[in-house]
Amino acid sequence: MPPVTIRGKALIAGVYEHPGRDLPDRTLPQIHAEVAAGALADAGLTLADVDAYYSAGDAPGFGALSMAEYLGLDLTYIDDTETGGSAYLVHVQHAAAAIAAGQVKVALITLAGKPRTGGAGPGGSARFSSAPEASFENQFGMSVPGGYALAAARHMHEFGTTSEQLAEVKVAASTHAQHNPHAFLRDVVTVEEVVSSPVISDPLHRLDCCVITDGGGALVLVSEAVAASLDRHCTPVLGTGTSIKHTSGGRIDLTHTGATRSGPLAFAEAGVTPADIDYVSIYDSFTITVVITLEDLGFCGKGDGGRFVSDGALQAPGGVLPFNTDGGGLCNNHPANRGGMTKVVEAVRQLRGEANAAVQVPDCELALAHGTGGSLATRMGSATLVLGRSL
Amino acid sequence: MSEPGQFGLPVPPPNPNLETQRFWDATAEGRLELPRCDSCGHVVWYPRQRCDRCGSTSLTWFEASGRGTVYSCTVTRRIPGSWRKAAPFVLAYVELDEGPRLVTNIVGCDPETVHIGQAVQAVFDPTPDGPALLRFTPA
Ligand SMILES: [Zn+2]
Repeated sequence: MPPVTIRGKALIAGVYEHPGRDLPDRTLPQIHAEVAAGALADAGLTLADVDAYYSAGDAPGFGALSMAEYLGLDLTYIDDTETGGSAYLVHVQHAAAAIAAGQVKVALITLAGKPRTGGAGPGGSARFSSAPEASFENQFGMSVPGGYALAAARHMHEFGTTSEQLAEVKVAASTHAQHNPHAFLRDVVTVEEVVSSPVISDPLHRLDCCVITDGGGALVLVSEAVAASLDRHCTPVLGTGTSIKHTSGGRIDLTHTGATRSGPLAFAEAGVTPADIDYVSIYDSFTITVVITLEDLGFCGKGDGGRFVSDGALQAPGGVLPFNTDGGGLCNNHPANRGGMTKVVEAVRQLRGEANAAVQVPDCELALAHGTGGSLATRMGSATLVLGRSL
Repeated sequence: MSEPGQFGLPVPPPNPNLETQRFWDATAEGRLELPRCDSCGHVVWYPRQRCDRCGSTSLTWFEASGRGTVYSCTVTRRIPGSWRKAAPFVLAYVELDEGPRLVTNIVGCDPETVHIGQAVQAVFDPTPDGPALLRFTPA
């Protein structure tokens, strides 16, 4: 029997990124509803067409169940998988598998949050205070930047990575964001400006950190039969990979992420290699996140990420590996403190030729989107997607 | 937030449970006790009544050396909330001589001098409830 594959069986028909970055006048469910409507309209479908719904820890109450009721969805499939900011890429994998199995025809995935104007979302501190690790990690002033700073410091120690190299990631993102009218930060910055911005937690500066924005996004995946009935050019899902990495009884390894496994799984299913990829959306909660992820996905050797991102390698359209052409989480948008959704949205824009003109990668045939959820290299969910312009 | 502890850092009380009470009781007496798997010898962190490596639920507590080295460290200079006044402080992973790497603070020294590879020794920072937090100071 040939190996079972979901390659090409599901297609992304609709994508939507909320244009707002400050949304004090909307409730969380309202934002979920707005992005759902946006992605369905993009696909040429309606809420009545949806038979499968996916949400993660940003959805309030019972999560997907509560939101299905709020939206008025009529479902025969539901999935609440929560891996933090990467969850929406895991949802794409799960939706593609369900579509390939004939269980789902139209899958809707939504994300919404208001960390700027509404405080922490439903996945906040109350949920985590009951975790078995809580009393052993929460008593020491751990913060999100602090956790990533520990990974960055170890990477610098082992491989000689420098703050200037990390800054190159922010510089590339800012270069792209200047062309995005919706970007939260649109000013182009220099390496010097990044490394002279205030230190949050050594060695990470303020400009090594992503933005905090309200907003959200949504995706619609469909079967081949549904895709054939739409006017929209649909984006086939060619490969998917998920990997969970945790603290392994205290044997923490701060310089590797779950991408070492999710990446090869996605490449193998798609039948491609890193060298074939024209554009990448790489989760960029911090600059160090990008450097380590590029290594782990095989775009450069382990420890060479700092050198790889230097000299404009990530800058579109002419760099060796154009990345995050919307400006990414570092400059454009990091809705609900979860950057996975926008990574998929921008990859689809590139494959459709709908990126902002100045950063559109010519002849973009193959794109990769990667999500990093949880905390880098410690307790995390990694997810990789390979998407194509066509099969 | 209650008053800072002896090293000037917050001392938020932990929440001991059926699996971790022994660990916290030992800290109150200034000892570091860890669970070791009776089947495969794995020393498990965070403490639990289960070996994550082989699945055994038979583990025995033993007194660890309290010695370790800094695996990674950062001086946190800006942080919101209850830790704001404690900054700058050193957040670190320490690798115990017994194997596990754990989240902690390096205290009792100039934060700017702490570095990866540095030898450190456990110190117990009492919380108002009795159990003490496991922190480290240069050896
Ligand atoms: Zn064992």
